[in-house]
Amino acid sequence: MPAHTFFFYIFSLIAIVSAIMVTASKNTVHSVFFLILDFISISCLFILIGAEFLGMIMLIVYVGAVAVLFLFVVMMLNVAQQKNQWFGATSGSKHIPVGMIVSLIIFFELLIVIGGWKLKPDLTNDFINLSTSGVTNTHSIGNVLYTDYIHLFQLSGMILLVAMIGAIVLTFRQRSGLKRQSYISQISREKNDGVELVNVKNKAGVKIDV
Amino acid sequence: MFDIGIGHYLTLGAVIFTIGVVGIFLNRKNVIVILMSIELILLAVNINLVSFSIFLNDLSGQIFTLFILTVAAAEAAIGLAIIVVYYRNSGTIRVEEIDNLKG
Repeated sequence: MPAHTFFFYIFSLIAIVSAIMVTASKNTVHSVFFLILDFISISCLFILIGAEFLGMIMLIVYVGAVAVLFLFVVMMLNVAQQKNQWFGATSGSKHIPVGMIVSLIIFFELLIVIGGWKLKPDLTNDFINLSTSGVTNTHSIGNVLYTDYIHLFQLSGMILLVAMIGAIVLTFRQRSGLKRQSYISQISREKNDGVELVNVKNKAGVKIDV
Repeated sequence: MFDIGIGHYLTLGAVIFTIGVVGIFLNRKNVIVILMSIELILLAVNINLVSFSIFLNDLSGQIFTLFILTVAAAEAAIGLAIIVVYYRNSGTIRVEEIDNLKG
């Protein structure tokens, strides 16, 4: 048994089991941990198959950013421990068998498509070639991404910008009753507004009205 | 069986996709798990694209996987922001109790 087969089965087994545990575990924090395990094993599969750059990017983006964001939100919202669990026996849970049946139908349809899939016989080979010798995966992706797909690349940057602004706008809360520093009123303050010269009579004192 | 081809990877993608769909359908917990199921579905699509890219010797699939990764990150950020706002307003994000549009 070659090593590729062995590692493929190990990593895909870990991936499938952890994907099931994501949806089935009671604690949401555990779900996030299994999501991280799933991402790591899938990125190991990507590295195994020869897409090293995507495997590493998937580690950085998913495990480093998205999963940590999930974990942060779960801990911030205090929803980790739920009272009733998966398939919680509430009344009117009629949709569970229907959902199972629909999911099984989807799965078998996908399997049928995978089993009967075949390349078009007169497929012209005008692909962007992957295996130019002596060029790494990262190098070839960079060659294509910054030339042929530069507009899509910049558009995805715009998507990230819009998502960032949207997240900030959604969660930004203007609190009333807070005393904040106002630079405008500080800078535009004149001498006449703040200081008043009073001519004090002798032995009479002065009355200051605030 | 012992020779790993494209069919193995596509089957793995199909299994993870179906698990994600099951997670959306049968969720009784909070909305965050639904978002995680969506991430699983996008991951399955990524597996399909990368395996076709490798086995057809074409680089476009990996480029599109990068774009899907970008969109998934943006979607997770926006979705979690919406969940935070909803939790702040109504105090719960359990799926059964979100029925404001019920009328």
